[in-house]
Amino acid sequence: MIILAIESSCDETAAAVLEDDQKLLSNVINSQIDIHGKYGGVVPELASRKHLENIYPVVLEAMNQADVSLDKVDGLAVTQGPGLIGCLLVGLSFAKALSLVKKIPYVGVDHMAGHLLSVFLTDTKPNFPFVALIASGGHSSIFLARDPTSFQLMGRTRDDAAGEAFDKVGKLLDLAYPGGPVISKLAATGNPSAIAFPRAWLNPDSLDFSFSGLKTSVANYVNQKRQHSKDLQVEDICASFQEAVVDVLVEKTIRAARRAEVDNVVLGGGVAANPRLRELISKRTAEEGFTVFMPPPQFCTDNAAMIGLAGYHLFQAGLDTLATDMDAYSRSLFFEISAVEAIGESNSKSYNI
Amino acid sequence: MPVLSQKVTLQQRIIRLASLAETLKFGRLLGRQARPGDVFTLTGDLGAGKTTLTQAIGQGLEVPGSCYITSPTFSLLHEYPGRLSLYHMDLYRLAGEEEMEELGFEDYIYGDGLTVIEWPDRLGGLMPEDRLDIELSIVSETARKVILMAYGSITLDHFLL
Repeated sequence: MIILAIESSCDETAAAVLEDDQKLLSNVINSQIDIHGKYGGVVPELASRKHLENIYPVVLEAMNQADVSLDKVDGLAVTQGPGLIGCLLVGLSFAKALSLVKKIPYVGVDHMAGHLLSVFLTDTKPNFPFVALIASGGHSSIFLARDPTSFQLMGRTRDDAAGEAFDKVGKLLDLAYPGGPVISKLAATGNPSAIAFPRAWLNPDSLDFSFSGLKTSVANYVNQKRQHSKDLQVEDICASFQEAVVDVLVEKTIRAARRAEVDNVVLGGGVAANPRLRELISKRTAEEGFTVFMPPPQFCTDNAAMIGLAGYHLFQAGLDTLATDMDAYSRSLFFEISAVEAIGESNSKSYNI
Repeated sequence: MPVLSQKVTLQQRIIRLASLAETLKFGRLLGRQARPGDVFTLTGDLGAGKTTLTQAIGQGLEVPGSCYITSPTFSLLHEYPGRLSLYHMDLYRLAGEEEMEELGFEDYIYGDGLTVIEWPDRLGGLMPEDRLDIELSIVSETARKVILMAYGSITLDHFLL
């Protein structure tokens, strides 16, 4: 089946065309086509109106690149949540309108399900079940994926997301935005053990993350150095900070994989493009006897191809509709599930998308 | 003589919070005393404790412990259930008030919950007249100074301050 996928949950307006779960025919993100070239990509394009301006040209471009017409599209997959309602509604309403006019069934896809399955856009695919670390500017979570439509939250951040910690440390070091790529570049020539920044392991059983204290610790270190007018060894700070983040991400993921008794470990989200994270998780999974699967960087960041792939599995499960009453949701559904976990009903419930 | 708007009554107070425990206690108090439609703005450098204070405000609002109050920097807005709904915004990534309007954030500010706004300078002319400004600054590793300014119908007395 031919699937047209649409993603508009946060900054990116994206569209993709897939043939089943096998063939990606096109994958377009607004930042790739020159709609806002005049701004040089500096102005944050996150308001709903920008999605509104982008969505038609982005979808059209995806259709053109795939060389398919709407008559050939068998199903629509659209991000339903979590995200900003105003942004989500642009994609969702667009999909509903197409569905209504062309009688094409559609599915609402959870953005996190997309990240969890993005590794399947590559040639080497893991077997289920697997444990996945999804780390980005907005998320740092560990999931157990049982099959393509059922995922269980095992851990999440209690304050800042990993990618956000990178951006904020970049800011306090006066580095260019976004901080992630700049820090990892500078870190390559720094000493990762120059400064002993704290690792927040939380309690021994916890698979949760906390990066706020680390950020504050870097701020304190930088402030102290600046007060004493000492030169900042920026490369060492970057390397030591990055090591502190990556260390915890990797060890908690390994811990989760051991606990869930799986063989395979998967990465996703923008931070999964970080070279040091990829290096350390490769080393540690090899040592512990797990196999790791990492999508290439273009599938780590937000894209519509992963939404199409997750959507394909929802179609296979018969969860598509022609009804127009589907609502967008702002908060993660996994969040609600772990609320159950916290009141002790079970260790953590699974959630079928 | 110019007539000052009755709305712009202003109360100011400076508080020292000697430890993280005192910051948490202060936040819980704010959360307990908050009324529907209240707006707090929160300013301070990175690491000053804006997220930590919001977590404590959430405790005071009886946001369930399982709902982690996490940084909204990336996603702009997080909503939490509680005695009152908590709307936690971080406007850092917004260019200005136009985007505020486009995102419909005014509906939250004038809604029935408590709105906590980080980077409120992005509000421009949309800054609500009734609000509590909370400015955090770093004194030492764990000590903080807080400058509180209450505008309009919000009074410091109500927050037992």
